[in-house]
Amino acid sequence: MKKNKEPLALTWKRHKSKYLMIAPFAIIFLVFTLIPIVVSIVLSFTSFNMVEAPHFNGLTNYINLLVRDDVFLIAVKNTLLFALITGPISYIMCFLFAWLINELPPIPRSIITLVFYAPSISGNAYMIWKLIFSSDTYGWANAWLLKLGFIKSRILWFETADYIMPILIIVQLWLSLGVSFLAFIAGLQNVDKSWYEAAAVEGVKNRWQELWYITLPSMKPQLMFGAVMQITSSLSVSQLSIDLAGFPSANYAGHTILTHLHDYGNIRYELGYACTIAVVLFFIMLLCNIIVQKLLRKLG
Amino acid sequence: MRKFCRFLASKLRARKIRRRNRSLLGDIGLTLVLAFFGLFSLFPLIFTVVNAFKPLSEIFIIPPKMSVENPTLNNFFDLATIVESFQVPLSRYIFNTGMITCLGTLGTVLLGSMAAFPLAKYTFPGSKLMSNIIVYALMFNTSVTAIPNYLIMSKLALVDTYWAVILPAVGSTLGLYLMKNFMVQIPDEMLEAAKIDGAGEFKTYWSVVMPLCKPAWITLIILSFQQMWGTTGGVFIYTEELKPVTYVLQQMVSGGISRTGVSSAISLIMLMVPVTVFIFSQSKVIETMATSGVKG
Repeated sequence: MKKNKEPLALTWKRHKSKYLMIAPFAIIFLVFTLIPIVVSIVLSFTSFNMVEAPHFNGLTNYINLLVRDDVFLIAVKNTLLFALITGPISYIMCFLFAWLINELPPIPRSIITLVFYAPSISGNAYMIWKLIFSSDTYGWANAWLLKLGFIKSRILWFETADYIMPILIIVQLWLSLGVSFLAFIAGLQNVDKSWYEAAAVEGVKNRWQELWYITLPSMKPQLMFGAVMQITSSLSVSQLSIDLAGFPSANYAGHTILTHLHDYGNIRYELGYACTIAVVLFFIMLLCNIIVQKLLRKLG
Repeated sequence: MRKFCRFLASKLRARKIRRRNRSLLGDIGLTLVLAFFGLFSLFPLIFTVVNAFKPLSEIFIIPPKMSVENPTLNNFFDLATIVESFQVPLSRYIFNTGMITCLGTLGTVLLGSMAAFPLAKYTFPGSKLMSNIIVYALMFNTSVTAIPNYLIMSKLALVDTYWAVILPAVGSTLGLYLMKNFMVQIPDEMLEAAKIDGAGEFKTYWSVVMPLCKPAWITLIILSFQQMWGTTGGVFIYTEELKPVTYVLQQMVSGGISRTGVSSAISLIMLMVPVTVFIFSQSKVIETMATSGVKG
């Protein structure tokens, strides 16, 4: 990639203002996104506790993480299970609702868009779920299940390992109609209307065929963008789990890779080890995204 | 009467033409699906609103009601009383959130759009690489880099300042990415015209491109606003005087059943702001999102 000096100076001269315009963002991006990734990777091979200087310990962290750390394996299992369910379902929900909303006249469309989008911007309003699934009889779910006679005694929702994951999944799905949902609505509005007319002439019979032959192919770029957003957010759940199920959650049922990271990074101060967890998660995210991108590209 | 029938028939025909390939049964089914999930989406929010106006006696009714019989503002007054007992006045927390939100949003929009313009409209050595990096950077979350970020912040003496929260947010690529995709559609002729008039790239960006990209930067303002509004400062801000309002309010929510009313009141207040902002900007946001696609 090495170039001799003359063209480089010339390049600079010709494109100086472009580079200068990119520079402020590039510097911040470099310092607060790229360098941290490199630092993370370097620290993941060390033992570091903030007080003493980090010292190199080779692959010890990785071996401990993958072989000795049973809790990490639970975290990986939970994270993947969580992502495998919420990722695809939230993605389909985003598309399905966007598609249904698109059929409505403008004013109901705006209102229903807001209804679906509101949870994702509601800040900490998801804490209401803690009240809905509260363990005492004041909890909405318990109170109604008792009253209707489905259960004999109250259920300790967030104290019972079996219930934690399903509840977290429901809440995450509730929160998940975010940026990709808006992107899909926008994409649908921009599909050329005349294509539908043409398709009807060509023998497309119903809305499902319309969807498959025209709508989906023409909004592929938005679909790819949405996939990136949904995958990333379904893999990075942690605050939700900590706020609702507590930390650590009963029997580690709500433990994810990120809460494991939080444990070692913010509580135990084993930063080298925490970085190892971060690096593993980083590659899981990147890998999932790249695989899904490849798949989606092939589909079209 | 006959006139009316003809009018009705013509209406129906018009409807048929507009909605080709739609069966009545499908319409009903899909509307039901939409209604069901709409209620699911709305239910917790309605519950929050209702709880915020319930007097204490109604909060303790079993099973909890979705309506309120004697609405009261007591929860809001209680909130004010609790807030008054703080060592740091609430206005200070609000000021912090305001500062973080304004600076963060301004930074995201200005730096993001300034970098997006050359990447969207010109090719030069490194432009392809930078565009690719931006797409890859969308694929992971900043929580992955939190620890080194903290170390870098402390080296730069930025821990416990507003900047510790602002700068990483400004450095996230979603804004730049959306901006760039929107700018790609600006016709080249307009840039050529500006060039002939003697405008440099920066001048072109500021006086030609930015006015055309109004929907895009309004969207960026909204997204950035929503993100910064909800920030708690986390480990980056520990001085009480510098903490944002969300942090304090979150502390108050963790109070059990008797605090239900107050914490619902808080949630309602925190919820109102981004929702109101979105209502007034929805059409602009959708316009921008139309260009959000990842090119295959």
